[in-house]
Amino acid sequence: MVTSRLSKLYSWVDDRFKITPLIEFSRHKRVPVHKHSIWYYMGGVALFLFIIQVGTGILLLLYYQPGIDSGYESVRFIMTEVNFGWLIRSIHSWSANVFVFIVFIHMFSTFFTGAFRKPRELTWISGFILLALAMGFGFSGYLLPWNELAFFATKVGTDIAGAVPFIGDAIKIVLRGGEDVTGATLSRFYAFHVALLPAIFTIALSLHLLFIQRQGMHEPEFFKNLPENKKKVIPFFPNFILRDALLWLIVLNILLYLAVFFPWELGVKADPFEPAPEGIRPEWYFMFMFQSLKLLPSHVFFIEGEVFGVLFFTVVAFAWLLVPLWEIKSKSDKNKARPMTILGLVVIAYILIMTIWGYVV
Amino acid sequence: MGKFKKFRYLIPAFTFYLTTLIFLQIAMGQQEHKLFEEDQCIVCHTEEDILPENFSENDIHLQVGLSCAGCHGGDPASDDMDESMDPESGFVGVPSKDEIPRFCGKCHSDINTMRQFQPRISTDQVEQYYTSVHGKKLLSGDEKVADCTSCHSSHEILPASDPRSTTYAENIPATCNHCHGDTEYMKKYGIATNQYEEFKESVHGIALLDNHDTGSPACNDCHGNHGATPPGVASVSHVCGICHVNNLEYFSETRMAEEFQKQGIHGCEECHGNHAVNKTFDKMVGVGAQSVCIDCHEKGDTGYNVAKNMYLQIENLVSRYDSASVKLEEVQKRGMDDVEISYLLQEANQNLIKTRTLVHTFDLGKVSSETEKGIQKADQAIGLITKEIRDFNVRRRGFGIATVFITILVIALFFKIREIEKKE
Repeated sequence: MVTSRLSKLYSWVDDRFKITPLIEFSRHKRVPVHKHSIWYYMGGVALFLFIIQVGTGILLLLYYQPGIDSGYESVRFIMTEVNFGWLIRSIHSWSANVFVFIVFIHMFSTFFTGAFRKPRELTWISGFILLALAMGFGFSGYLLPWNELAFFATKVGTDIAGAVPFIGDAIKIVLRGGEDVTGATLSRFYAFHVALLPAIFTIALSLHLLFIQRQGMHEPEFFKNLPENKKKVIPFFPNFILRDALLWLIVLNILLYLAVFFPWELGVKADPFEPAPEGIRPEWYFMFMFQSLKLLPSHVFFIEGEVFGVLFFTVVAFAWLLVPLWEIKSKSDKNKARPMTILGLVVIAYILIMTIWGYVV
Repeated sequence: MGKFKKFRYLIPAFTFYLTTLIFLQIAMGQQEHKLFEEDQCIVCHTEEDILPENFSENDIHLQVGLSCAGCHGGDPASDDMDESMDPESGFVGVPSKDEIPRFCGKCHSDINTMRQFQPRISTDQVEQYYTSVHGKKLLSGDEKVADCTSCHSSHEILPASDPRSTTYAENIPATCNHCHGDTEYMKKYGIATNQYEEFKESVHGIALLDNHDTGSPACNDCHGNHGATPPGVASVSHVCGICHVNNLEYFSETRMAEEFQKQGIHGCEECHGNHAVNKTFDKMVGVGAQSVCIDCHEKGDTGYNVAKNMYLQIENLVSRYDSASVKLEEVQKRGMDDVEISYLLQEANQNLIKTRTLVHTFDLGKVSSETEKGIQKADQAIGLITKEIRDFNVRRRGFGIATVFITILVIALFFKIREIEKKE
C-alpha cells in the first residue's frame, strides 16, 4: 500500500522534473578504495560541520542582538537563560574551529595527492575560496560576543589589514565602519557573518560540490596505473554515503564532548577605554601569520616590516590559489620525492612552528 | 602661477609667526639664566664658593624668581659687597633660630604676597607654629626644637607635592624621625624615640612606605604639621575619625566612649595602639587569647558575653562566605554561570565589612542583624552554586546518554555497511 503510494509520488515528481537520470547517475557513481581513501572523507566532514554551523547559527540568531550594549549581554543570556543555549553556543564555537582545521587537512590532502591537477583546477580554486571564506567567518564571528579578547584581536587584525599598500586604509575603514573598532564595526561584522559571507559561501560551495559530482573522485597516480580488474571501488550510494554518515556521527559525538566538558568561555565584556590586556592573540588559524608579522624587523630592505609581511602573505596566498597553473612537475625518478611534496611539507612545518611559537612565547 | 595668487599673504604671515616663535623661545631661555648672571649675590657667592651648603637651583623660591635678597634683603644689583650687604639697603643677613618663623612669615603670613603665587594658599603657618609644642618651646628659649628650616630645609625648599621634597607624604616620617628618632637629641624631653620603627611596621606605615599609597596617613595627618602636638584623650578619636568616619560615629555613641573619657583612656588607641596600629583581624573581638576585649572584661560580665557572641556571629558569616567563595571556584572551573553568585557574594562581603565596623557599637543586636543579612546572601549563593553544579552533572549525564545512542548508531551503521559490502 505504502510502496504503491510512494511509487506514485515518485512518478509524479519524475514526470515533472526528470529525476531518474540523477538517480541513475548516483547509482553508478563509484569511489576508489586504496591506501589514501581516508582523505576522501575530509570534504564530507567539512560539509557536515558547515551544516552544523548553519543550524546552530540560525538558533543563535533567534536570541543574539548585535550592539555594544546588547551583544555581550545577549550571548550571556543565551548561555545562562535559554534552554540548551549553552550547548548551541559551545557547539557553534567548537564546530567553527574544528571546521577550519578539517578544511586545512582537506586542502593539504588534496595538495599532497595531486588532486588539484587537470581537470580539477576549478575545484581547487573554489576550495581555496571556501577556506578564505571560512577564515572570514571565523574573524567576523569572533567579535560578535563583544568581549575583551575579541575586541582587541579585531583591532589588531584590522590594523594588519590596514598595512596593505595603497588600499590598506580603505580596507580598514570599510571593515571597521570608521576609524576605530566601535559599535559600527560590530554591526558590520554581524552583517558579514550572517548575510554576506553565507551568500558567497553557498555559491562557492555549490560550485565546489557540483565540480566534484561532475568529475568524480580523483584517482591517485598509482591507482590509475592499476589494471581495471585490480581497481577496487565502492558505490557512492549507499556505501560511501553510509561511511560518511558513520564518520559524521563520531564527529558529532566529539563536538558534544567538547561542548560539555570544555564550554566555550565568554570572558569579560569589551571596554574600548581600557588598555589592551596581556596575551591578545588572534584565533589559532591566524596565529602563524600574526607571529610572522611580530618577528619581522621594523624594516625589510626599504619596506616597512608589517607591510612586507602582509605583501608576502598576499603573494603566497595568491600563488597557493594558482598552484594548478604553475605546479613543478617531478622528474621521472620515482624514488625521489616530488618537489611539490617537499614544498607542501615546508609550508606545513612553517605553519606549525609559527603557531606553536605564537602560543609558547 | 595665477591660482596661487590668493595665498600670497600667507608667506609674510607665516614668516612673522615663525620669527615670533623663535624670538619667544630665545627670550624664555635667556630668562632662565638671567637670574644667575645678573644677581650679584649669586655671582659673588658662587665665585667665592661660599654658597649655602644645601643651596639648590630647584628651590621653589628661586624657581619663581625670588633670589637671596628676597629673604635676606640687600641690593642684588650691586657687585660691591659693602654696598649690596648694607643694612641701610635692607640687608638682614642670616636670621637667628628664634627669628626664623617670623623671618619666613614675612611673606608666608601675608596673603597679599602669597596669593600672587597660590591664590588658595593658607597663611596661618606661623600662627599655628606658635601653638605647637615646637613653637611654644622655641618661645621659651629652647633652641633645639624644630623651626621652619628643620622640616623644609633652608635653600632647597620644594613643594610638598614634589617627591624629592622633605615634606612629600612618603618622606615625612623620615623628616620627623631626623630629630624624633635621635635618642641623644631627644633625651632631655623624656619621650620615646621608636615612633618611626613602630610606624614602619604598622598598617599605615606599610601602606605609605612600602605600597607608596600617599593617601595613607603620615605623622602630620594625626599630629598636625605646623601646629604639631600630641593628640589628647578627647581628640585622639577625632584624629582617627577623620578617615575612619563610621567607626568614630559608632564608637562615640557608646557608653564606653563616655567612660573612657572619664577615666582618661584614649579611645581608639586603647585597642588599636598608636604608631604601631596593626591590621585588624576578627580575633581582636571575642574572648580568645588575641582579643582586646578581655583586657578589661572578665568572664561573667555583660561585656565579656557580648564580645564572645559578636565574635561567634562574625565567625559564622566568615565561614559561610569563605565556603561559598571556594564553591564558586568550582562553578567557574566548570565554565558554568557565575554572575548572579558573584553579585550575591559581593553583597555578603559588604555585610561582613559593615559588621566589622558595627563592632564599634558594642551592640550585639546591630552586629547580629548585619551578619544575618550576610549569611542569608552567602546561603543564597551556595544554593545557586549547588544548582549550577547539579546542572553541570545533568549535562554530563545527558552527554553520556547521547554518546550511548550515537555509539549504538555507529555500530549499527558499521554492521550495515559490512552487510552491504559482503553482498557485493
